[in-house]
Amino acid sequence: KQYYHNRKMSILEYNGAAVIAMAGKDCVGIASDNRLGIQYQTVAMDFKKVFKMNDTLFVGLAGLATDVQTLDQLLRFRMNLYELREERTMTPQVFTNLLSNILYEKRFGPYFAEPVVAGLDEKGSPYLATMDLIGAIETTKDFVVSGTCDGNLYGMCETLYKPDLGKEELFETLAQALLASVDRDALSGWGGVVHIITKEGVMSRELKGRQD
Amino acid sequence: GPNCDLVNFSEYISKNLALYELSNDGMKLSTHAQANFCRGELAKALRKGPFQVNVILGGYDENVPNGGSLYIMDYLGSCHKVNYGAQGYASNFTLSIMDRDWEEGMNEEQAVKIVEHCIRELNMRFLLNQSNFIIKVVDKDGVRTVKADSDPSDN
Repeated sequence: KQYYHNRKMSILEYNGAAVIAMAGKDCVGIASDNRLGIQYQTVAMDFKKVFKMNDTLFVGLAGLATDVQTLDQLLRFRMNLYELREERTMTPQVFTNLLSNILYEKRFGPYFAEPVVAGLDEKGSPYLATMDLIGAIETTKDFVVSGTCDGNLYGMCETLYKPDLGKEELFETLAQALLASVDRDALSGWGGVVHIITKEGVMSRELKGRQD
Repeated sequence: GPNCDLVNFSEYISKNLALYELSNDGMKLSTHAQANFCRGELAKALRKGPFQVNVILGGYDENVPNGGSLYIMDYLGSCHKVNYGAQGYASNFTLSIMDRDWEEGMNEEQAVKIVEHCIRELNMRFLLNQSNFIIKVVDKDGVRTVKADSDPSDN
């Protein structure tokens, strides 16, 4: 089945993904592309990789689609359990640690997914975190990226990012950074989706990009 | 996939789904639930002893808009709801046909025509000579075979 292959494709590149999150002024934005592929063949153009955990917390998962879906289900399960037992909503910091723990548990047979966490903490200030497939956490104040075109995404963010953007400007910045990056990556694209999270609520918009 | 896994997995799933109905007072699982169960089993088996089965699961539910829903799964356990799908070498030929021909709100006759279009294309362009296809339809009355060419081994 791999007759058009020249180089070995890593498991993290099997399905293709692009996920990006940025902090603005009292808001965070998170975005992903829409492609689901099996190596070079595109199977679906509406497979989103960002999942809402609650009104102020989103997680983006880039990597092997089966593990992305398993993790989404596991995270919702663990989060619901927490909220039933503790009778309070889970903060982004706790969520990040939970996710890191879930990943490290499988240290010698990991989930092939590299997540990005975006949310607002209890005071309403932006929270961003990323980790590798075995749960090494890194929190930042500007932007986090993940996916098959993470190099492209880093470049676009470094160029376009400014601190304290309003929600409309943040949307525009996220959209441009994502679309320009996926256009140079065969494995991600087919449009995208952006969610801007503020105290007032979540604004979600579909992106129309190159459909190839 | 290989016939052993094909038979083993599909029987395992269908019998477990039947068991659910028996154990839970006749409650029927929706297509979405059945697809997720199937996906879960594939994902669980992946790191133990994977089933090399790529699945297309289709079902009819009364409370779903348009009634029918189709789910496509690969052997790793990724699952996605689609309007049309194909697995195996067939996908290289037929996905483009369905990209073009499929429309929202088609009836059964139009859908079967598209499937026949795909089969014709495979007969023309695919390097293996397999003219023997079975077409099945799932609707509110259940599963029925619409077209089954004669088995060449009968000749």
